[in-house]
Amino acid sequence: MSRLLVRGGLVTLAVLTGLVLIAPVLVIIPMSFSDSSFLEFPPTDWSFRWYENFFSDPSWRASTLSSLKIAVLVTITAVILGTAAAFGLVRGRLRAKAAVAGLVIAPLIVPYVIVGLAVYAAALQVGLTQTTLGFVLVHTALGVPFVTVNVAASLASFDQRLEQAAMSLGASPLTTFLRVTLPIIAPGVAAGALFAFITSWDEVVVSLFLSGPELTTLPVQMWSGVRVAIDPTVTAVSSLLLLFTITAFAALGVARLIRNRRLARSHR
Amino acid sequence: MSSSATTAPDRRAPSRGAEPDPRPAPPGAGSPAPPGKRRRFFLTDGWGALALPIAGYLLVVLIVPLAIVFARSFTDPTLGLGNYAAFFASPIYTDVLVNTFVTAITVTLITLLIGFPYAYLMTIAPPVWRSVLLVVVLVPFWTSLLVRSFALVLLLRDTGAINETLLSLGLISDPITMVRNFTGVLIGMVQVMLPFMVLPLYATMRGIDRRLLQAAEGLGARPAFAFWRVFVPLSAAGVAAGSLLVFIQSLGFYITPALLGGPDDVMLGELIVQQVSTVLNWGFASALAAVLLIVTLVLLAIASRFIDVRRIFWKEQ
Repeated sequence: MSRLLVRGGLVTLAVLTGLVLIAPVLVIIPMSFSDSSFLEFPPTDWSFRWYENFFSDPSWRASTLSSLKIAVLVTITAVILGTAAAFGLVRGRLRAKAAVAGLVIAPLIVPYVIVGLAVYAAALQVGLTQTTLGFVLVHTALGVPFVTVNVAASLASFDQRLEQAAMSLGASPLTTFLRVTLPIIAPGVAAGALFAFITSWDEVVVSLFLSGPELTTLPVQMWSGVRVAIDPTVTAVSSLLLLFTITAFAALGVARLIRNRRLARSHR
Repeated sequence: MSSSATTAPDRRAPSRGAEPDPRPAPPGAGSPAPPGKRRRFFLTDGWGALALPIAGYLLVVLIVPLAIVFARSFTDPTLGLGNYAAFFASPIYTDVLVNTFVTAITVTLITLLIGFPYAYLMTIAPPVWRSVLLVVVLVPFWTSLLVRSFALVLLLRDTGAINETLLSLGLISDPITMVRNFTGVLIGMVQVMLPFMVLPLYATMRGIDRRLLQAAEGLGARPAFAFWRVFVPLSAAGVAAGSLLVFIQSLGFYITPALLGGPDDVMLGELIVQQVSTVLNWGFASALAAVLLIVTLVLLAIASRFIDVRRIFWKEQ
């Protein structure tokens, strides 16, 4: 009886927790279809006007394109640098390996406000504020840990004899890497790439320092849309972003599931 | 591998040139050496060199700028400890420091209080429900912090959905103020930080052998006692990891307190932004940043004596 009571209590608490976690995310979607210039929930009249505004307003479009460009470039550089680092840290013999590993996760530890302040000061010196290059350089540093951590996890369970087998059968090191190693660690690389992309795409704090009238990213414009003057377009952008992230992660999850099924079948 | 059979330790340093290597293998090569594992006098081997570009990159892009900020806190506007003296002399600023700590500690305790039973339920739930519980934690983890904080403002404000519902049901006569005050900061930060508590807790609890609880009960312990004396101690590593992640991230928060807090709830992060963007007081902002960074690093150093800090961050997601 008391066990049942405990379970009941646990379930109630979990439902409440779940509501707190999910509700804010869900509230924003209906609000984005409101016809009112004031944010209201539930909306009295419905329309697509904030979506139309997002797609037609030049400043929203410009910041979206900037963010997209930066995030794609960041993903490429972070995946290359981060994957190389994972190989080095997992397979290499390296003096001060602990120090290098610590350095790689430093961007996760240092509060973003401090990172922002530091890189803003540096970017001012070399004239990289409000430039795509400046954003890409800084966001890459923030995204790299996710790539390295994910690829290192894939590599740790990787059986290196597979590579030896491929090479003993005559494959060149490059062929071995492309045909044996890469397909096996691909899930780790993909997860790392997705995290690197999202890190850049979502980043507000550091970007606030680097932004200006010359170049503003989407999250920074959203920030001014909720802080300076409330612009209901933010609800439309938020809903689109939600849809985008949830789709991306769901796709990653489904890809993993299919792959595991296939692997399980091939081992039968 | 044990070397108990031979007295010679497994040392194959090629520097000992006087002793001829009995093996026909090339000097320095271990017998079944995988490619690239030769011992050299260099800092690194071929594989290890792959980690060097990012190390150099982060040094230039992150560490050097941080070092400059640190230096600047002592030199701008004049050489000396003036910025730190100004910080600790004014109750306005020390209040911000105290408020930052109080907020971070409170947030950590609340997330632990909510996260522990939640993670526990995940370990005992049937697989389908376990996946549902996991997705519920992961969805906010993946979605923009700014979006979530903004959504909470819309839900919690005086004319927000919660107050409107309670008013229309007649449960309250005046709206409960839940934004622009400490309550708002707490709700917002707990909402944002909960996944960082639940995930490490679940990772630890999943590995606990539940037969230990049965054994304790078999020996006569009441369920609650067995839980408290067996399960809780075994989950300590997860509690420590989750609390560390939440506490350290809470210290440096900016977006959520700025949106959900009031003028009395300013945290260090917001003060740093203010000092740079509105007052242009770089030296003072740098000193604030140095204080926040040093506190963070000292906490990590203390924690690393008890738990493997690097592993927590390596396994963050």
